[in-house]
Amino acid sequence: MAETATPAETAHVNRVRGARRSPAEHLADAFTSGSVPGTVTLTEIPYQAMVGLRVDRTSDAGARVAAVTGGLPAACGEVTGTGSVNTLWLGPTEFMVVAPEEAHDSLGGSLVSDLTTALGTDAGQVVDLSANRTTFELSGSHARAVLEKTCALDLHPRVFKAGTAVSTELAHIPVMLWKTSDESYRIFPRASFADFLGRWLLDAMREYASPEVP
Amino acid sequence: MLLISCPNCGPRDETEFHYGGQAHVAYPESPNDLTDREWAEYLFYRENTKGTFAERWVHSTGCRQWFNMLRDTVSYEIHSIYGMGQPRPNLSASAAAGTSAKSEPAQPGEFTQTGEFGQTEPGLAPGAPTTGAPISGSTAPTSSEGV
Repeated sequence: MAETATPAETAHVNRVRGARRSPAEHLADAFTSGSVPGTVTLTEIPYQAMVGLRVDRTSDAGARVAAVTGGLPAACGEVTGTGSVNTLWLGPTEFMVVAPEEAHDSLGGSLVSDLTTALGTDAGQVVDLSANRTTFELSGSHARAVLEKTCALDLHPRVFKAGTAVSTELAHIPVMLWKTSDESYRIFPRASFADFLGRWLLDAMREYASPEVP
Repeated sequence: MLLISCPNCGPRDETEFHYGGQAHVAYPESPNDLTDREWAEYLFYRENTKGTFAERWVHSTGCRQWFNMLRDTVSYEIHSIYGMGQPRPNLSASAAAGTSAKSEPAQPGEFTQTGEFGQTEPGLAPGAPTTGAPISGSTAPTSSEGV
């Protein structure tokens, strides 16, 4: 059913991949040196496959798409899916599927074509947005303290629970903020904002490298 | 900074929203029959209400959905948030001793903000041209409430 890349095409893609530069690749060393292991660490998870979905989740097409993604979230904050393919709620009829790089059709996966096939000719859209955003992972015991310097939302665990994702603003730029575990957050800024947000977070993390002033 | 309760996402900062101007401006039934002046008035002329004003907002950083809001342009108090396509809630219905045919409109469950604020305060809708039942002259049109 789904058209996936032939082995020859995949080999070609793999050669081209060497020339790619992720949006925050030039900050990789700074992320390493700016991280404080055990307190707060920042890394980029580049090239994740992301698909923008627009479909009425109560329709037949919504049910078919949900079968591919492992469910569609029903309300703000919800994340569906288990394992590596997850779907984040963006709006009542708008979702974002996040999957590892290998799920992309150009690397032998079939995520985009499966979703396109599932939607068929019904109302909605499936758009490959893999290059739209990059992923930052901010984790550690002080990750929340770093985010609270700029995020207006209540990030206290009694309100913002692990396994929820919201779209909001960090440092005045729009991002998706996904709390993947108690002390780990994934931040999805658009590619052109990655440099700014990366440097902003590094600056916010800097104080935790110094001994705490009693 | 306003704290606006998005019908989909809950309370968020004003910076996540964009303003959409006056609500309930109906598209003309037969645009071709309008004079240039009437068309210009439809496009560009809006109320400049001092008091309760029905306006549109979009949660542009969040769910990207539009909704209507009843807000006091003097005190910035948000009286009601309701969905697109729904009629403007009549805040003065209770003050008009129930004579008005327009009671509180039935809202779908998701728009729970209606009626949470200001239902018991009379005279909060002065100057609003679309308010159905005008309150008797006891209320000054530009109440200093909340200034």
